[in-house]
Amino acid sequence: MARKKTFPRGIHPEENKLTARKPLEFLPPPEKVFIPLLQHFGAPASPLVKKGDEVLLGQKIGEAKATFSAHVHASVSGQVAAVEDVIHPNGYPVLAVVINNDGQDRPCPEMKEWADPLSLSPEEIKKRVKEAGIVGLGGAAFPTAVKLSPPKDKPIDTLIINGCECEPYLTADHRLMLEFPEEIVKGAELARRAVGASRIIFGLEDNKPDAAASLRQHLHGLPAEVVLLKTKYPQGAEKNLIYALLGREVPRGGLPFDVGVLVQNVGTARAIWEACRSGKPLIERAITVTGPMIKEPKNLLVRIGTPLSYVISSCGGLMEGASLIILGGPMMGLAQSSLDVPVIKGTSGVVALREACLEEELPCIRCGRCVDHCPMRLVPTQIVKFIQAEKWAEAETWGALDCVECGCCQYSCPSKIRLVHWIRVGKNFLVKLKRKKSA
Amino acid sequence: MKDHSKEKVISAESSLILESSPHIRAKDTTPRIMYRVILSLLPAVAASIYFFRWRALILILVSTATALITEALCLLARRKPIRTVLDGSAAITGLLLALTLPPSLPPAMAVIGSLIAISLGKQVYGGLGHNIFNPALVGRAFLQAAFPVAMTTWVPPVTVHVDVATYATPLANWKFQNAVALGTLTPLKDLFWGNVGGCLGETSAAALLLGALYLLIKKTIDWRIPLGIIVTLSLFTGLFWLINPGRYAPPQFHLLAGGLIIGAFFMATDMVTSPITPAGTWLYACGIGLLIGIIRLFGGLPEGVMYSILLMNTFVPLFNHYLRPRILGERRSKR
Repeated sequence: MARKKTFPRGIHPEENKLTARKPLEFLPPPEKVFIPLLQHFGAPASPLVKKGDEVLLGQKIGEAKATFSAHVHASVSGQVAAVEDVIHPNGYPVLAVVINNDGQDRPCPEMKEWADPLSLSPEEIKKRVKEAGIVGLGGAAFPTAVKLSPPKDKPIDTLIINGCECEPYLTADHRLMLEFPEEIVKGAELARRAVGASRIIFGLEDNKPDAAASLRQHLHGLPAEVVLLKTKYPQGAEKNLIYALLGREVPRGGLPFDVGVLVQNVGTARAIWEACRSGKPLIERAITVTGPMIKEPKNLLVRIGTPLSYVISSCGGLMEGASLIILGGPMMGLAQSSLDVPVIKGTSGVVALREACLEEELPCIRCGRCVDHCPMRLVPTQIVKFIQAEKWAEAETWGALDCVECGCCQYSCPSKIRLVHWIRVGKNFLVKLKRKKSA
Repeated sequence: MKDHSKEKVISAESSLILESSPHIRAKDTTPRIMYRVILSLLPAVAASIYFFRWRALILILVSTATALITEALCLLARRKPIRTVLDGSAAITGLLLALTLPPSLPPAMAVIGSLIAISLGKQVYGGLGHNIFNPALVGRAFLQAAFPVAMTTWVPPVTVHVDVATYATPLANWKFQNAVALGTLTPLKDLFWGNVGGCLGETSAAALLLGALYLLIKKTIDWRIPLGIIVTLSLFTGLFWLINPGRYAPPQFHLLAGGLIIGAFFMATDMVTSPITPAGTWLYACGIGLLIGIIRLFGGLPEGVMYSILLMNTFVPLFNHYLRPRILGERRSKR
C-alpha cells in the first residue's frame, strides 16, 4: 500500500477521544437561549425582533447586511425576553437576542420539505445556504454562502470535505459521519454543484476508519472518494489538508480558491443538505462535551444559544477542581471565564481540564522544536523575538501573518514560551499598521 | 513590549482560569533535556574513571562543582533568580569541559577553565540561551592558550603499560610520528573501546556512542549535526587516503580518534549554539566536518574539533538570519 498522505511537520498529541463510541444525543433546549448576532467571521447581523415579540423556531431574527456576514435564526419558539449584550465566547460583549422558550418548537413557515434538492440550480443552492445562515462549522465560522461564491476568475475543480477532526478530545464530527453519512454526502454534492467542482474528496484522519466506511456506502454514482490521512495535528488545517490531499500550496496570504479548491467541514455539508431539503436554518449543531473534568462526557446535538452551564450540567456537571473550560479543542479553543456564554455556530466542543498551563517560562534555548513542528514552516521563536523587539517589517517577512495559530510550536516548546500568544499580539499590531497605511 | 501573557485573569465569579491557546503541552522541559544529556554522558564518565581512575574522578567533580558555583555567583551578581542554577545547563558545561581535559591536568587548572566557561562563555552574554559559543569549549580554548604544555601532556590509561616519558594521543602519533608509514597507527579496536591516551571523555568511542544513541532515540539532539560532520569528515579524509594511503590515515581512524565523537554528538549539538533551521544546521555540520579535516590534515595541531566547532558557532546567527525556511505557499523564486 502507498504511504498514507499527510503534510510535513506538525505534532501528535494524545488523542484522548473519550467519546468516540458515544452516539450523538439530542439535548432538549433550555428555558432561555442567548443568541448572539455575531457568531461568524465578519460583520454582526442586525436584529429583526424586539423585546416582547413572539418568534417561531427557525425564524430569522438577525439580518446579514454586509457581504461578510450571516443571518441568525431563533433556535426555539417563544417570546423575545431581551435584545441585549451578552458575553461572546471570545470574551467581548456582543448584541444578542434572548428568547424565553415556550417548549413547543413551533416551526416557522419557511421550514418545510422541498422537492428533490438535487434538482436545484447552483444559484438556488447558494441562496438557501445564505438564507439558512450557514457558516463553517469547523471553528472559523466563515460565512458559507461567501465561500460558495468564489471570484469568476478562480474556478474551483475540487471540493474537499474536511472530516479530519484533528483536535484532541473532539469527536462530534466523527459521530456525524457515523450517524448522518447520507446527509453529509448529499450536502457535499450540493456544495460541489454550487461551485461547479468536478470532484469531491473526503479527507479523514486514519483513526476514523469506521467513519470512512460509513461515508463510502453513500458515494455510488458521485464523483467522490474518501481518503484516509495520517493521524497528525493539524491535519484538518485548511492549507495543510489541501497540501496533504493534492500537493497544492495555497499562496502566502491567499485562499484555497487560489489553487482551485474549496474546503468545507462535514458538519457544514450536513447543514447545507438540511437547508436545501427542509429549509432548516443553522439553529443546532453537534458538539463534544468532554475532558477529564466532565463527569459524563457526551456528544450532543445542541441548539444555538444554549448556555454552557446548561450543557455541562446535562453531562453530569464539572468535577471538583476544574479550572479550565475551553470552547473548541485544547489546541485552538478559547478558555472561558464564565459558564454563562452560549454555544454558538462555531463551537465544536466544550473541553474541561483540571489545570491551565501555568509552567514558568524559561529562556529560549534555540532547540528548534518550534521550527521542526510548524506546519506552515515558520520559525516561531525568531518571529516572537522580532515582535518583542517591535521589528514589524522583519516579523512580517518571517511570516507572522502566515501563522494559523495551531499551537504546535507552543505545544512542543520545552521552555514553555507563550509563542502563539506573542504571535497573536504581533498579528494584531501588523493588521492595524496595514489599515493605517491603506487609510 | 509589555508581556501580558503572564497575567492570569481569574474571573471573579468562579475559579476559572483564562489563558490563550494551546491549552496542552508536551511533557518535555528544558531542565529535563539538560538532565537527559547528563545521563547520556554517564557511560563516558564511567569509562574515563575506569581508564584514568582518581585523576578522572577529581577533574570531573572539580569542574562540575566549579561550574555550578560560578553559575550561582553570576546569577547573584546579575540579580537573577538563583534557582535556575539547577536547570542542568551549568552542570553539563562543567561535565563536558572535564571530559575534554587531559587526565594529568592539575585540578586547579580545571577550576580556572570551568570558571571561564561559565562566566565568559555563558553568563556575560546573558546566561542560558544567549551565548554564541559552546561554553565548555570556551573554557577549554582558554586553558589551551593559558597552559599549552599541561593541556598537551598525556598519560596512558591504567590499562596500558608503557615505559615512555611522553605518551602521544593516537592523532599526534599519526601526525607527528609518521605512524601510517611505520605501521604503528593505533588499532581501531583500541580507539573504539578506549584503550588509548587522550582527554578523559574522548577515549572510549563505545561509551560515547551509547549515550549518543540514547539522545537520538529521545530526539534530544538533532541527528543532522553528527551525520553532517561524520559524512563530511569521512569524504574529506577518505579522499586524501585514497590518493595517498601511505601517508594519510583512513576515514574510520579519523572518526574514532580524538574528540570527534564527543564533539559531533555532544558539543556541536548544543542547542543554544547550533542553528535552528534545517538548512543552517546542514551547513553548520558540514562546515565543522570540513574544518576538522583541514586542521587535522594540514593544520599545525593534531586535533581540530574544538576550534572547528567554535568557528562554526560564529556563523550560527548568520545562518539563522539568512537561511529562513521557505514558508508554505511562498514562491520558490521570490526568496
